[in-house]
Amino acid sequence: MSGPKTLFEKIWDSHVVEERDDGTCLLYIDRHLVHEVTSPQAFEGLRQSGRRVRRPEATLAVPDHNVPTTDRSRGIAEETSRIQVETLARNCEEFGIELFDMTDPRQGIVHVIGPEQGFTLPGTVIVCGDSHTSTHGAFGALAFGIGTSEVEHVLATQTLLQKRPKTMRILVEGELGFGVTAKDVILAIIGTIGTAGGTGHVIEYAGSVIRGLSMEGRMTVCNMSIEAGARAGLVAPDEKTFAYLRGRPRAPKGALWEQAVAYWRSLPSDPGARYDREVRLDAADIEPVVTWGTSPEDVVPITGRVPDPRAEPDERRRAKMERALAYMGLEPGTPMEEIRIDKVFLGSCTNARIEDLRLAADILKRTGGKVAEGVQAMVVPGSGLVKLQAEEEGLDRIFKDAGFEWREPGCSMCLGMNPDRLKPGERCASTSNRNFEGRQGKGGRTHLLSPPMAVAAALTGRLTDVRRLLAS
Amino acid sequence: MQPFTTLTGIAAPLPLVNVDTDQIIPAKWLKTIRRTGLGAGLFESLRFREDGSENPDFVLNREPYRRAKILIVGENFGCGSSREHAPWALLDFGIRCIIAPSFADIFHNNCFKNGILPIVLPREQVELLMKEAENAAEPVFTVDLESQLIHRPSGNEPIAFEIEPFRRHCLLNGLDDIGLTLEKLAAIEAFEQRQRLTMPWLWAQGR
Repeated sequence: MSGPKTLFEKIWDSHVVEERDDGTCLLYIDRHLVHEVTSPQAFEGLRQSGRRVRRPEATLAVPDHNVPTTDRSRGIAEETSRIQVETLARNCEEFGIELFDMTDPRQGIVHVIGPEQGFTLPGTVIVCGDSHTSTHGAFGALAFGIGTSEVEHVLATQTLLQKRPKTMRILVEGELGFGVTAKDVILAIIGTIGTAGGTGHVIEYAGSVIRGLSMEGRMTVCNMSIEAGARAGLVAPDEKTFAYLRGRPRAPKGALWEQAVAYWRSLPSDPGARYDREVRLDAADIEPVVTWGTSPEDVVPITGRVPDPRAEPDERRRAKMERALAYMGLEPGTPMEEIRIDKVFLGSCTNARIEDLRLAADILKRTGGKVAEGVQAMVVPGSGLVKLQAEEEGLDRIFKDAGFEWREPGCSMCLGMNPDRLKPGERCASTSNRNFEGRQGKGGRTHLLSPPMAVAAALTGRLTDVRRLLAS
Repeated sequence: MQPFTTLTGIAAPLPLVNVDTDQIIPAKWLKTIRRTGLGAGLFESLRFREDGSENPDFVLNREPYRRAKILIVGENFGCGSSREHAPWALLDFGIRCIIAPSFADIFHNNCFKNGILPIVLPREQVELLMKEAENAAEPVFTVDLESQLIHRPSGNEPIAFEIEPFRRHCLLNGLDDIGLTLEKLAAIEAFEQRQRLTMPWLWAQGR
C-alpha cells in the first residue's frame, strides 16, 4: 500500500515482523519500561520456563507505585510494598536490566523518566505494563499499556501479537482561553467522546492547539488517552519534539542524531491520509474543567453545576450517575465552585513535570495566597530530576511558603499504593487521571483538574475558577 | 494455560456500566508478587461493607451466584488500569467467562492470556441473558467455544457469538503465546538485522 499514510500507520508498518492471515501482526517492540507492580509475575514466568530477556538494553526499570514520598533513608516501612520493590531490584539484577532505584536521582514515575532520559523516541513502539504508557505518544511514538502476560512476552521475545487498531483523529483548533491548560483540553475531549469513545482506536491529536502545546502539555493530553478508551494516543513530532530530546542521555548523538531527525521529519501523517473516525473540538468552547463523578467522562466546566440524573434518558447511565453522586456525596444542581475540599494532590504521570510545577507556582506567586485552613496540599514531583530542577528554580520555596508539602517523586496519591491515601469521605482536588471509586483510597472522593486549578482549590478550600481567583 | 472448551455453570448478572479495574480489584491488592489468591479481593468495595462483613445485596454474595462461573455485565467492562490482577482475581474466584456489550481493550486482551473467554454480544442480547440469569430458578448456562454457542437455562434457542479464530484456537488448546512466538525467532532476528541498518540510532545508544 503506497497511498497517503497516517503517522500511526507509518510506525505500525515499520514494525511488523510478520502478519497472520487474520490481520494479527507480530509487532516489534523497540523500548520496554518496567515497574514493580506489573512485572514480578512476568519475571517469575521467565524463570519457570527457563527463558532469558531477549534485549535487556531495550528495557529500563524503575520503582514508582509503592515508593514513599517522605524520607526514604530508612527504606520502605510497609512490608508488602518493600517486598515488591526489592523483587524488582532482584529481577533486574538477575536478568541484566538497568534499574533506577529509589535512591537514584533519576528515579521517578516511569512515564516521566522515559522522555526525560531520551529513552522515548519518535517513530518507535514503546510498551509498559501500565495503561498510561500512552503518555510517550506525545513524541510521535506508538506507545501503549499491556498486561503482565504481555510484559513476559516482550521480555522473552521483544515482540507482541497485536490486532491492528482503528484510527481516530481529534482536531483541536483555535486558541485556548486564559487559564485553560492541556489538562482541560484532554478532559474536554474525554467528556465529548466518552470513556469508551476511543476503544479499539489509536488517537492522533492534531490541530493548532495541539501544535501549540509544549512537550509537557502534549504528554498530559496523550497520557489520558486510555481514559477515553484508546490504548494509544499520539502527536506528530516537530521541532519542539527534537528540541526536547536533543542532548538527553539516551537520545542519539552526532551523525546518528542527524540521521534520526531526518527520519523523524518523515513521520507526520501525509496530506489526504484517512482516519476511521474524526472528531473536532473548538478551543473557544473549552473552559477550565473539573470532574463531578467517578468516571473521567463526568466532566463539567468549573462555572457549571453538578448534573441531575433525572435528565439522563438511559436507565443504566442514570443508575450510574445516581451511584456516582451518592459516592461523591453531592447534590444535583450544586454549583461546582461551592464544593469544599480536604486535600490537594499535585502530581502523577499526568501532571508532575516541570511545566506543571511552574504553572502551579505561578498562581501562588501572582496571588501570594496560602493554603486554606484545614486543607492538606502536597506536591509530588514526577521524578528526582524534576524535583532538582524545581528546586534550582526556587519553586519548592514558593510551594512550601504557601503551605504545600514538598515530597519525593513517585505515583503517590494517584492510586495510593504507598501511604499517601485519602480517608473515607475525604474530598481531593487532584491533578491525576482517575476519579474511580476508591482510587485514591477507600471511600475517597476525587475531582480531577489542572495544576493551576488545583492551586486555586488549595487557596480557597473549594473548587475554584482559577480565572476568577486571578482577576480578584 | 488451562484450555477453554465448554463451560457449564451459574451466570451472575451485574448490570453496571464502565466497571473499572480499580473496582474489580483495588490497588492495595496489587502488592502481591503472585498470580493467585486475589479472589478474596474481587469487587472488594461492592462485596464487603465497611466492617468487612459481606454486603448481602451484592450479587456474588447471593445464592446461587456465589458459585458463578459466568458474569454478565454492562458496557465497557474492565476500563482503566492495565492490571492483569483483574482477570487473575476473577479467575481465582471461579469466573471463566464474561458476557458484555463491550470491553475495554487491555482487559479484553488480558482475559485471553488467562483462559478467560470474554464474549461481546449486542446490548439487547446481553439484557436478555441478564434477565434469564436473574429470573431462572437454576441459572445454569453452557458456553460452548467449539460451536460458539451459549445454551440458556430457558431452553430457548442458543445464542451464537463471534470470536477471532486465532484467539479461539489458542483458548481451545490452552496455547502459550510465548512458545508460539519463539517459533518465529528467525523472522524476529531478520527484522532486527534490517532495523539495525535502517534505524541504527535505535541500536547504538549504549549505557
